[in-house]
Amino acid sequence: MTVDLSQFIPSFLEESFEGLELMESGLLNLQEGDSELIHSIFRAAHSIKGGAGTFGFENVTDFTHLVETLLDEMRDGRREITSEDTEILLESVDCIRLLIEAARDGEEYDNEKIEQTSKRLTATLDGKDNSKEACVNTEEVIKSPNDVEYLIHFVPELSLAKTGNDPIFLFTALAELGVLTIEADSSSLPALNDIDPLELYLSWQLKLISSASIDDIKEIFEWVEDECELDIIIIDKDNSAPSSTVQDAEQSSNEQVKEVKETQEVEVSSLTDTPNPSEVTKESTAAIKPKAKSDVGSIRVGVDKVDSLINLVGELVITQSMLSELGSDFDMSKVDRLTNGLEQLLQNTKELQESVMRIRMLPISFAFNRFPRLVHDLANKTGKDMELVIKGEQTELDKTVMEQIGDPLVHLIRNAVDHGIESSEVRLANGKPKQGVISLDAYHQGGNIVIEISDDGGGIDRENVFSKAVEKGLVDANATLTDSQVYDLLFEPGFSTAAEVTDISGRGVGMDVVKRNIQALGGRIQVDSTPGEGSTFKVNLPLTLAILDGQLVKVGTETYIIPLISIVESLQIEKEFLNRVSGDMDLYRLRDDNVPILPIYQLFNINTQCTDLDNALLVVVESDGQKVGLMVDDLLAQQQVVIKSLKDNYQQVLGISGATILGDGSVAMILDIPGMIQMALEKAQRIQLKKYPNHTDKVGEYI
Amino acid sequence: MTKVLVVDDSNSIRDMVSFTLKSAGYQTVEAKDGQEGLSKAQGDSFDLVISDVNMPNMDGIALCTELRKLANFKFTPILMLTTESSTDMKMRGKAAGATGWLVKPFNPEKLLATIKRVVR
Repeated sequence: MTVDLSQFIPSFLEESFEGLELMESGLLNLQEGDSELIHSIFRAAHSIKGGAGTFGFENVTDFTHLVETLLDEMRDGRREITSEDTEILLESVDCIRLLIEAARDGEEYDNEKIEQTSKRLTATLDGKDNSKEACVNTEEVIKSPNDVEYLIHFVPELSLAKTGNDPIFLFTALAELGVLTIEADSSSLPALNDIDPLELYLSWQLKLISSASIDDIKEIFEWVEDECELDIIIIDKDNSAPSSTVQDAEQSSNEQVKEVKETQEVEVSSLTDTPNPSEVTKESTAAIKPKAKSDVGSIRVGVDKVDSLINLVGELVITQSMLSELGSDFDMSKVDRLTNGLEQLLQNTKELQESVMRIRMLPISFAFNRFPRLVHDLANKTGKDMELVIKGEQTELDKTVMEQIGDPLVHLIRNAVDHGIESSEVRLANGKPKQGVISLDAYHQGGNIVIEISDDGGGIDRENVFSKAVEKGLVDANATLTDSQVYDLLFEPGFSTAAEVTDISGRGVGMDVVKRNIQALGGRIQVDSTPGEGSTFKVNLPLTLAILDGQLVKVGTETYIIPLISIVESLQIEKEFLNRVSGDMDLYRLRDDNVPILPIYQLFNINTQCTDLDNALLVVVESDGQKVGLMVDDLLAQQQVVIKSLKDNYQQVLGISGATILGDGSVAMILDIPGMIQMALEKAQRIQLKKYPNHTDKVGEYI
Repeated sequence: MTKVLVVDDSNSIRDMVSFTLKSAGYQTVEAKDGQEGLSKAQGDSFDLVISDVNMPNMDGIALCTELRKLANFKFTPILMLTTESSTDMKMRGKAAGATGWLVKPFNPEKLLATIKRVVR
């Protein structure tokens, strides 16, 4: 019978990755004498090894076996826990992850790294005794060529049954090996009065004709060999004389085992000569290959969340049946009940929506978990002394947002380690504690999640940033900038203040990408810094990408949605603040700012009555520090809208980030504010170029 | 129908053992550690217990000791599921009253063949 176990592989993989995370965080916190922790690390390794073997991931099993052995020695107190060993184990965790990922994707892996680590592991183990592991997992394969007749004398101890063993099953198993004849000996059965029903008084003579080896037979008695007298005699067919006797009294059986072992060792050594995977792995291709996307596309949902959903669906069904009963026999006297029912329906739907959204929400610890290791490694690499403090790891965040925020956060942390925290000497000289602190905090604020990455390092050197920006031509040397404008320069493409480029950060390709990624998620990043005391990077993200708080506006016959997060204010235009500048661009004076006006009807070529700027409604929006005023016909309601991708359903349209379906069933477009600003600038430039072909100034600089 | 209690802290191993047993017509009850295993065993009877050794809360050895104290489990076969094939581990299992041991990794066929030594 064959049993297909492949359906369990995904759950094994998921569990293994969880186990690896547990091992990693455990190892980072591991201290001598913490036996509970080392036990849980050991268990994780143990489960991975067991599972991997079962599913045929042999390289994982072999490698994890070494790790397990090392952990076992630590667990039993046979080995002290040193930081070198912990390092090797951490590296091994990486290797196991690599191997499991390779097994999952069916891809090749960086065999060199695995081999190196496994050599180091072996070397570490060899420092201690490794004799115990010498003969594990050797298969016993010795087969007699033909049928052999065995005589088996089986005398169980009286207490055999108490271990849960029952001779009948042993005999059934023997019978499967060949032809079995059984003879019971009841001579030692005491008188009825003296019988203890819990004891076993019988013994047996068995005759088996089988092609199975003596080891196959011994294996069946494996679990009872210490609770019985067992003689197995081989009666050779040709000689009809006993050619070898195996008595299971300790000494002789040991000899037998020794013989068996010798033959095994020959086999094992010949096996190790066979080519190992390294020769199959093409050199270094695995290292260059980009990592496969690790998203398995499934979410683990807490039972409480599912329960609340079921509960809500139940309520919805009740409301629905109430309403349909009402509808089957309706007259105006029941209008109150109808309103109530609809009210309830609204409530149910809202709660259901929230609960469904909650399913996609995961605690941010999923993203934060890898950072202790990161900081640990970086600390080793840079030789700086620091610790990572994590707060708010239970804050929940949409899975998609979480997946995409991981890399930017890694970069920000690297940045904090490399540029933020000073070396111990500098810190002591400045009267700070020797150990630097990087803290990672997450909390909800309004409909957003805020992630703060702060360090207590030297802070950002304003002058340094400014002069560097001037040097790179990013800003004019005479410009006067506010602190936050200076800090924003850090996110300009090609900007890097590190005097020396290290391999941790400082290649100048990071921060602009960080900002772009965060913006792509509809979020923003702010920097705050006090010289000598440290810096804080604050990332603001929407909780989810699926729903958006929007302001509905009317232009002609169309309804558009402006994301609430980008609206600064809405106002009615007063004539005296209007300024017309070249390029057909109108500016509106809003306190200290001149805000260019973008009439949406012009941008999207819509027919409307409201083309007069005077008294028109202006929605001032901001993106990337750039304010513009969108001129609309009317302001409608504010509401949450479900975002539907335009790209999936139609095609990408400039200035539009998506669409939604309104309550009346009509489709409304969601405006893409950065895209619109871009469009307006380009349009103005075209006009400008037409009018003054030699004038090279960008329109944008009027703003 | 033969009823088996499967105790292992690893979901995938537990699922796998359980699935293998079910596909061979056994009925299974699962528990994620010794503690849960023991409480499921109390007030119920099983024809076989398969338990991991290394588990949080209550390990397999302790579970075995506890089970043998229950009247219902005096003769019930208890198999320890382990990668530790050392004699030391076997002796500890035996001392606690275990019937035998299954060495991980194993394949389904082997699992089914092996448990035939203790149950129908």
